Amino acid sequence: MSDLVTNAAGRAVPTEINGKPAVPYKGVAGHRPEGRKAGSPLRSCADYPQDGNKVVGSLREALERCDLKDGATIGMHHHFRNGDLVGNPVWNCLAEMGLKDLVWAPSASFACHAPLVKYLDNGVMHHLEGSMNGPLGEYCSAGKMRGLGVLRSHGGRFQAIQDGELEIDVAVIAAPAADAFGNANGVRGPSACGPLGFALADSLYAKRVIVVTDNLEPFPCIPWEIQGQNVDFVVQLDRIGNPAQIVSGTTQVTRSPDRQLIAEMAAKFVAETGMMREGFSFQAGAGGITLSFALYLKELMKKARVKARFIRGGSTKYLVEMLNEGYTDYILDGQTFDLDGVKSMRDDPKRHLPTSPFTSYNYHGKGNFASMVDVAILGATEVDVHFNANVVTHSDGALLHGIGGWQNCLFAKCTILALPSFRDRIPVLVDRVTTLCGPGELIDVIATERGLAINPRRTDLIEAAKRCTVPIKPIEQLKEEVDRLTGGPPDAPRIGDKVVAAIKWVDGTVIDAVRQSRFL
Amino acid sequence: MNSIGRAGRHGADVRSDCHVTCELRETGGIDLEVQSKVDWMFGRHLREQARSVLATLGVAHARLEIRDAGALPWTLSARMEAAVRAADPTVQGEALPVSAAGWEEGTTRGRLRRSRLYLPGNEPKFMINAGLYGADGLILDLEDSVAPEHKFAARYLVRNALRCLEFHGGERMVRINQGQLGLEDLDCLLGHNLHVVLVPKAETAEQIAAVDDRIASRLGKNHGVLLMPIIESAKGAWFAYDIAMAAKSVVALAIGLEDYTADLGTQRTAEGTESLWMRGAVVNAARAAGVAPIDTVFSDVGDTEGLRKSVKEAKALGFDGKGCIHPRQIQVIHDAFAPTEQELERALKIVKAFEEAQAKGLAAVSLGTKMIDPPVVKRALQTIDLAVACKVLGPGWKDMEAVV
Repeated sequence: MSDLVTNAAGRAVPTEINGKPAVPYKGVAGHRPEGRKAGSPLRSCADYPQDGNKVVGSLREALERCDLKDGATIGMHHHFRNGDLVGNPVWNCLAEMGLKDLVWAPSASFACHAPLVKYLDNGVMHHLEGSMNGPLGEYCSAGKMRGLGVLRSHGGRFQAIQDGELEIDVAVIAAPAADAFGNANGVRGPSACGPLGFALADSLYAKRVIVVTDNLEPFPCIPWEIQGQNVDFVVQLDRIGNPAQIVSGTTQVTRSPDRQLIAEMAAKFVAETGMMREGFSFQAGAGGITLSFALYLKELMKKARVKARFIRGGSTKYLVEMLNEGYTDYILDGQTFDLDGVKSMRDDPKRHLPTSPFTSYNYHGKGNFASMVDVAILGATEVDVHFNANVVTHSDGALLHGIGGWQNCLFAKCTILALPSFRDRIPVLVDRVTTLCGPGELIDVIATERGLAINPRRTDLIEAAKRCTVPIKPIEQLKEEVDRLTGGPPDAPRIGDKVVAAIKWVDGTVIDAVRQSRFL
Repeated sequence: MNSIGRAGRHGADVRSDCHVTCELRETGGIDLEVQSKVDWMFGRHLREQARSVLATLGVAHARLEIRDAGALPWTLSARMEAAVRAADPTVQGEALPVSAAGWEEGTTRGRLRRSRLYLPGNEPKFMINAGLYGADGLILDLEDSVAPEHKFAARYLVRNALRCLEFHGGERMVRINQGQLGLEDLDCLLGHNLHVVLVPKAETAEQIAAVDDRIASRLGKNHGVLLMPIIESAKGAWFAYDIAMAAKSVVALAIGLEDYTADLGTQRTAEGTESLWMRGAVVNAARAAGVAPIDTVFSDVGDTEGLRKSVKEAKALGFDGKGCIHPRQIQVIHDAFAPTEQELERALKIVKAFEEAQAKGLAAVSLGTKMIDPPVVKRALQTIDLAVACKVLGPGWKDMEAVV
């Protein structure tokens, strides 16, 4: 373990992660790495079948032909969320092949990957770079993982691949529709899931690329979101995803009156401050409050006869309805959370478009869609009085969520964190967040059931909010109300000293470190 | 022998609540056993609070076992006190949580009572934020929503909620139990920011007088606590006027239709034909007695259109308010009770014409070619008051040009 240094956010972070040097966070836009982008090795088409048929007999055969060595990095993706049926078989093969000390770099892991804990235990998997929750999160939080966990945003994963920080030796891309050449997309077949944007970087930069499908179509499989030119092998499996689990539980509108109230007030705020105007844009992903926000905003748009130019998803049937009913010209979709969304992307490809972390989130891109969005509405597990927020750990320090696109979306013109001010007795508004994931200077508004707080930096919003009918209070006052109710402030959690994971900022620097949880 | 008392709930689905077991002992001091899902944050606070509550109640020797699922301090306190009292009903002292300044102020007879939100009296998680939704009144219910084994403990929970929870301008109401149990509920609650008592199954004037007497014996004759008897039987409907006149603290008559239709031996239907006579009778009795008639709850939370229709109907029959069981019903009720644009426009014209006539010293008021009677003017003024209260008309409406 390297020494810890204090970064620009005042957090103690490691300067070395899993044997590689790491740069401490320098501020929201303080880091400008130089040099050229990383690249995949040169290949020659002479080494690939001229008839374009790259199908091999089994997953094991494909992996064996990738020349993997101990310590290699395996890239995978979370399009199927908790319904992924590819991750576990891939690791079973890798274990059977006798490989050791491998690194798993999924764009996110889910509870369905709990069986992989045994490979962390027996040395097949060294550590994980990607979001962790469920048993894998507990394993890491308990300090049992040999390497440091590395949590990156969706954009950060693309950035790390492009600047060479994360070298993928083999990418296994689960594709709901593919042809024998390796062209693939996610909109057709029994495991249809929407866009495959998370796998795009791997397809371009990994040393070897395997496409795995349960729906092999005759060439050409179009649209070719993943291009066969980048693919080494194609593998057919009986099933790659469980449709019932691909649609996750966070895609239901909240029924909690508190959360509905938060969504309603956030929507009114957006309307009454003038952000909701003809041609505006917003981002609304999954999550009960966010979905409810979209519904309230739709009602307000209807009354004001206002149409959005685009909505950024995670799309759901609620956003699809807005598209079909004429409330927006486009949905720009990063991942699709339900089957209505998948169908819309398939059948309405001119208005419901797939996006990738490259178009939307990548620090090394020449601009990003995410920063062009007028309003982004997001959640968090904790927010402090300086508007800094935590999205990955519980207040006891245990890993709970991935970063997802959350950090990347903070760059919207107005970022609203919509959250209850406390959960049971646990305050969400705190003096200091347990883990820093998003710097307060990018977070403009906190919407809680007890009212909204505007970041004092946003004098323009404070001025615009004078017309608002929703209660607006200083964040300190909201926190006082919460402390009064909960009998707080609470005692600080007794978190261990050992660093178990690093939180990356969007530029690849280390914004915070997660300590071992004492409760596991 | 040691006596044991219990209060509260535990289990996988319990949130923001706790279960307390109190075993009173002869010797040995205080023995605390705490299991809390927020122990790492609030364990110290929780133990301090337990010792303080026991000291206030004069308990020196006891084992207190607390199983906490994130209960807020006022809930913890209520559960601890109820468990101690269940173990020994003769315990002196009250473990009263501090109430905010100004909350002891009473209510007024004439305020709006369009919506009243029912909250189960033994369920703290629904109470905590209930004041945020803008209901005209919040009812902490000790009657039907509380199972018999929890009735005793719920009293202390409701008392502490009245003391500690911000209702944001909503009237603080409690539905007490029927009969003797209800009078005992009052003994626990009076003096703790209670505005309105809902008296269930009101059938006779004597019943209401007994409630009023009980309050007067604690707080004096001009106690300021208002009564809302609930008419929910054939007999109650028959004696509605007497019930409304039973005490000057009666402010409104509410109705309950489930019990009423059962009493009639019929089914409750969406059309409500079976209760039409009763609703008319109660509206008439209430108006005759100078109190407000208030309609029953609409129980299908998912049916917004049905609720809107039901409120419009209630308004047409003469009711001033409606009960609700979910916060999302509140705004629908307020919107439906608010005067429509046409009603308001007409009311403003009538009042302007009346004022012009008065300024000219004319006895008869006319609008266009039509003569306007005094009751019409009175009704127009009521419509305008309601519109101001519902915020569809600014308080400075007199200075505005007519909104035509």
